Amino acid sequence: MSVVSPNRDGRPASTRSRARAAAGGARPGAPKAGRPSAWWGLPALLFFSLFAVLPMVLVVYLSLTSWGGLGSPEFIGFENWARLAGDPVMHQAIMLTLLLTFGSWATQTPVAMLLGVWAAGRQRNRAVLSAIFFVPLLLSSAAIAIIWRALLDPNFGPLAQIGPMIGIPGLDVLSSESGAFLVILFVSGWQFIPLHTLLYQGGARQIPESLYQAAEIDGAGRYRSFWHITLPQLRNTVTTSSVLMLVGSLTYFDTVLIITGGGPGHATTIVPFLMYEAGFENYQYGYASAVACVLVAVATLASLLMVRFTGFGSMRSTREGM
Amino acid sequence: MIPHRAGAAGAFALLLFATTACGGGSGDSGGSGGDGELNVMMYQDSLAVVQKNAAERFNENHEDVEAVVNEVPGDGYEDKLRTVMGSGQSPDMFFNWGGGSIEAYVDQEMLLPLGATLQENPEMEEAFIPSILEAGKVNDTQYGIPLRGTQPVMLFFNEQVFEDAGAEPPETWQDLLDLVDTFKDEGVTPFALGGATPWTEQMWMQYLVDRQGGYEVFQRIQNGDSEGWRDPAVLEAAETVQDLVDRGAFGDNYASVSYEEGGASALLSEGKAAMHLMGSWEYSTQLADAEEFAKEDLGYAAFPAMPDGDGAPQAVVGNPTNFFSVTDDGDSEAEVDFLKQTYTDEYVQDMVENGEVPTTDNSEEMIEEHSPNPDFATFQYRMVRDAPTFQLSWDQALDRSVAEPMVTEIERLFNKQVTPEEFVDNVAALQ
Repeated sequence: MSVVSPNRDGRPASTRSRARAAAGGARPGAPKAGRPSAWWGLPALLFFSLFAVLPMVLVVYLSLTSWGGLGSPEFIGFENWARLAGDPVMHQAIMLTLLLTFGSWATQTPVAMLLGVWAAGRQRNRAVLSAIFFVPLLLSSAAIAIIWRALLDPNFGPLAQIGPMIGIPGLDVLSSESGAFLVILFVSGWQFIPLHTLLYQGGARQIPESLYQAAEIDGAGRYRSFWHITLPQLRNTVTTSSVLMLVGSLTYFDTVLIITGGGPGHATTIVPFLMYEAGFENYQYGYASAVACVLVAVATLASLLMVRFTGFGSMRSTREGM
Repeated sequence: MIPHRAGAAGAFALLLFATTACGGGSGDSGGSGGDGELNVMMYQDSLAVVQKNAAERFNENHEDVEAVVNEVPGDGYEDKLRTVMGSGQSPDMFFNWGGGSIEAYVDQEMLLPLGATLQENPEMEEAFIPSILEAGKVNDTQYGIPLRGTQPVMLFFNEQVFEDAGAEPPETWQDLLDLVDTFKDEGVTPFALGGATPWTEQMWMQYLVDRQGGYEVFQRIQNGDSEGWRDPAVLEAAETVQDLVDRGAFGDNYASVSYEEGGASALLSEGKAAMHLMGSWEYSTQLADAEEFAKEDLGYAAFPAMPDGDGAPQAVVGNPTNFFSVTDDGDSEAEVDFLKQTYTDEYVQDMVENGEVPTTDNSEEMIEEHSPNPDFATFQYRMVRDAPTFQLSWDQALDRSVAEPMVTEIERLFNKQVTPEEFVDNVAALQ
């Protein structure tokens, strides 16, 4: 960090403009040449307004109507919202979504971090094994879901064949409510851990070797090095990865659609799936829009909270004091 | 990681733009008069060749109009139809299931009532089995003309498994219950059931309610009276379902067996299950996936009668047939001409040769002469012809906004996530 530079009128720059200066923005007194004009942002802004902001506004309007996709939407005020508030399926869907979001975060983070840190090292065969670990990242969600659905088939899947051999007949996880939910949790982990591993690998590679050398001289073992050097140094990576995980699991959909179809019963009907079901299967676009609004609100809130409480917004460097 | 929110929002927005653009979506474009094109929207599968041939014959006889068959892939057909109808790009005529599948369009006055057409063309009305034609009505007005073979639900069984157990196909309800025990002792699942695709579980409810309480019970519900669900026959059927589940009639992992991925049919063909309650298309499914089994060991029977049931023992449920409906654009001469194709000898013969069982009254001779499997086709034809009533599949009979949650409730009933009493309360509350 440079020393606080005075403005032209001699007052010290505010914290806010200091942050902007650090981000390479409007540094007071800098020559205007080479600074892109705000007009460059216009096309992106237009597209964003047209394809993100406008549809969101329309969805808010649709949530106040009754509409089956034919004719004009009929304005019904807050009827959909009242129904939403009293719908037991919605209550369960919100619980399941929160459970899935937290469960994904709690299981994927440690595994991805350990794998990532390991993959950043220089062990033998590391490159080959890392490549294998990353395979799920290369497959599309739909393909992954179909593969796991086939593997878990209670009559013809490999599990059903192996189960009786090792003395567990009827290894049928998808039939039970908790089993189906755990399958979704597991498959989503299997699919997304590689992505986060990649983030942690990158983060771990950025940690200066000298820190570990110093720790070694001071007599720290691998466990202490990890706890006191690697983990604190990965602070920003944890935040990035967690925001991606939280927002990602809030909008999780394809695996649920293909593996369980929201069932058995409503056991895996999470909010995004409920939205799909209400809109595209039951043709209740008004109600589905209300569900969509809730989802947008919750996802935005979750991201904001994450950024607020992890100090991600201030972009503190892990290298401070070095 | 896929931005579903934005995607769904975009889709809503596009639909909204489309509807407002056509001023209420009365479906007034794509008419047959102006551009000389008769646009026929058709469900895409191996049987659509019959309709394509019909279009060719139609075009030979019409110089000023050209019939164009647009095939839409089966998965998502209804969604696509809803989108084109909602956006004012409606086809001149389209394939559907009758009942609830077109109710929303009838409510929007987008379809042409065909009662007058039938009066002007008495031979059209006489061509079809009355109960089948009846299924093309919504609110007692004709909106559909049959275009395909009939698809009743029947009891399929594995003859080899029956022989090994020394058993006979069930004729009465007691027979059926005894068979459950017989096959459980043999270590065979009595009934294959694809519970992961719960519309297959619906077939049991349909037959049980029809046999217990008669055709009128569901007719009342279909006509919009949701209190009809509180008929004692529905509760009795729900209790029977859970009784069957408790007896082990469906084995213990049916909740995760999928029909669409072939799981349930494979259980039957591999002898792991003895019976399978399924639509008549099970025959061609088996023919495609397990040809030898279909030709050697696939048996079929009607659903047994219930003791003290009020329903007719010969009544059937399933899909009476599929229908062509005409969108109302003021000029329907070409469409009616095309509808006349659906009972010509060439058309019916085409259907029979493709393994379908037509719903016209000249079908029996056609089947004898041209069917690839005359025994099965004749059995099926007589079953439908002699049935006093033919209940359309519930999820097709009701509007989608009610049908989908109803199917989920049936799934929860089979999974014992609700009691029979809760089931009745839940479906009666659907609106």
